Amino acid sequence: MNTLTTKISGWGRFPEQICNLSRPEKYTNLQALPANTIPRGLGRSYGDAALNEKGSVLLMERLNRFLQFDSENGIIRGEAGVTMADILKVAVPEGWFPAVTPGTKHVTLGGCVAADVHGKNHHRDGSFGDRMKSLELITASGERIGCSASERPEIFWATIGGMGLTGIIGEVETSLRRIETAYIAVRHYPASNLEAVFHSLSDDAVDDYYSVAWLDVMAKGAHLGRGITICGHHATMNELPVDLRQSPLSVTLAPKKNIPVDLPCWLLNNQGMRLFNTVYFHRLSSEQETIIVDYDRFFYPLDRLDHWNRLYGKRGFMQYQCVLPENKAIEGVRELLEYMHKKDCPSYLAVLKRFGAAGKGMLSFPTQGFTLALDIPVYSTTLLPILDAMDQIVLRHDGRVYLAKDARMSGTVFQQMYSNLPAWQLIKKEIDPENRFTSSLSRRLRMTEAL
Amino acid sequence: MKGPVLILGATSAIARKTAFAFAARGCSLYLAARDEEELARISKDIIIRYGVSVRHAGFEIDDIDGHKSFFSSVVNETGNLSGVLFAIGELGNHDLATRDFNEAGKIIHRNLTGAISILSLCADHLAQSGQGFIIGIGSVAGDRGRQSNFLYGTAKGGFSLYLQGLRNHLHPKGVRVITIKPGFVDTAMTYGMKGLFLVASPDYVGNRIVKALDKSADILYIPWFWRYIMLIIRSIPEPLFKRLKL
Repeated sequence: MNTLTTKISGWGRFPEQICNLSRPEKYTNLQALPANTIPRGLGRSYGDAALNEKGSVLLMERLNRFLQFDSENGIIRGEAGVTMADILKVAVPEGWFPAVTPGTKHVTLGGCVAADVHGKNHHRDGSFGDRMKSLELITASGERIGCSASERPEIFWATIGGMGLTGIIGEVETSLRRIETAYIAVRHYPASNLEAVFHSLSDDAVDDYYSVAWLDVMAKGAHLGRGITICGHHATMNELPVDLRQSPLSVTLAPKKNIPVDLPCWLLNNQGMRLFNTVYFHRLSSEQETIIVDYDRFFYPLDRLDHWNRLYGKRGFMQYQCVLPENKAIEGVRELLEYMHKKDCPSYLAVLKRFGAAGKGMLSFPTQGFTLALDIPVYSTTLLPILDAMDQIVLRHDGRVYLAKDARMSGTVFQQMYSNLPAWQLIKKEIDPENRFTSSLSRRLRMTEAL
Repeated sequence: MKGPVLILGATSAIARKTAFAFAARGCSLYLAARDEEELARISKDIIIRYGVSVRHAGFEIDDIDGHKSFFSSVVNETGNLSGVLFAIGELGNHDLATRDFNEAGKIIHRNLTGAISILSLCADHLAQSGQGFIIGIGSVAGDRGRQSNFLYGTAKGGFSLYLQGLRNHLHPKGVRVITIKPGFVDTAMTYGMKGLFLVASPDYVGNRIVKALDKSADILYIPWFWRYIMLIIRSIPEPLFKRLKL
């Protein structure tokens, strides 16, 4: 296989590193691989999970063949490069929908497994790993092994959430859920402060299959943490307006707009975003009834804008996502928001979700409680110490940070946050004794230290 | 289009994307290539994505003696073909090919002689049914002999001439022959190469190939601007060109 040596980055465009890329075209190319490799999907993780500075990166994007689709029982099997977008195109017309989907459809099955992604329905359905049937892993020795919850479960659960470090995820088999229509019935519930947001996310009367709260993080004082809770479920035929009932499973996706170049960094600024957030909050607050939207608008609003990460200009942005346990969540989120205000460090987009019970992925991120995800533009290097201080707040509240979004956490903090690391390390040592699968992330977090 | 489209060399990136474009129009397919395991995977993938009927069989371009029996079994299985796409190409190792005839011979065989062998059988079959098409994927490299890849260029240039003659031969019989000349395409053939420019995606090429059937062009450069680039390249006088390092 030929290699291309070039600079690549994650979605947050920080860091950028020179890596040696190779791009297999078919499944049988996955043999005789170099040591010091990390597989990469569509590069939607934000930091350095799919980077390997001065090492090899294996682009899995062309290994995207569907292998089986059981449209009776809603089970799909494909090569790891199959994307969520591919699955939607095949499944929705047949009345099936991914059981768990992250906030973008431009992710690969392999990436979904490696990060054990979650969606707006974690509190009901768990994470991606919880809905998986099986996977085929190609190990460091070139062996193809099948694993599932009942067959080699320790390798299965080490790979789910294992950030691609146990081997190459070659094939993935996952289950879908039945839908009657391609539309979502949505309700908005405004909340005037943080307590109100938490209350509505925990309120059974408000709760729905999918729920998420958008927070106006720039609001201060009495308005701190005000937001809108957005809830939805797959619309039944009865819920659809008459004109949509003709072809309930077909959706014409609106044309995408592209951001062709980096916007100058002054365009997206504090004043502008403060204004935008206030206007958005008040606009959504006035929507009281149930509205019907197509699945693409509900699940993937940002996908409409190709390269939306360019809105943040060349300096890019950081994503910070943490989860805090139920009993400490509200005070932890309050402390984080107040700290950011104190440091005059604005977040431009903030989302709060409720998580259900943790899955069995050894290094999986979700635990029971609430997760907060923040977009923070990078204006200067003083942002890094601020994020370190936020790590300490999270640690003090027994929480942890999401690896798929992390670009700068320290190994010490990581090891304190992920108590299952030693158990994972044992499996890693067994299945990849020479540590042939490494990434910039695994080295930065010292994930295989003491092995 | 009633019978399936036969795609020779179906496992390449361009062929696979062209197969998608045919399947999106509801065409059934017959895929042939050397790697039968990969053929099975690709076929299943197309069936799941597009719901068309896809059959497949192994095909070895190097095995000239086997071409006749291969083609007979395709025709027996399918009845008739609506058209053929020839998508087999071998860039080869140019440096080695200039010194070792085994390598040069391989390049000539896979891009030219083997193609002539199988396409003659296809041409005969289509001529008898009085309909259909043959699409041959050539290359801009065949437009002029250049120091960087002239063995490949020779084969592709020869292939272009063959398709041209075949076009003339089959015209009165109602069979269309289209020559496709891609420039740089983002595939395993070019991955990691230096000095690439204006690289097209296999998606784009596949879509343009199938769209060509809706129009009347006989020779199609993909993307279109290569026609003008090659016009310029071809018009450079030989005494000057031989001094260049293109």
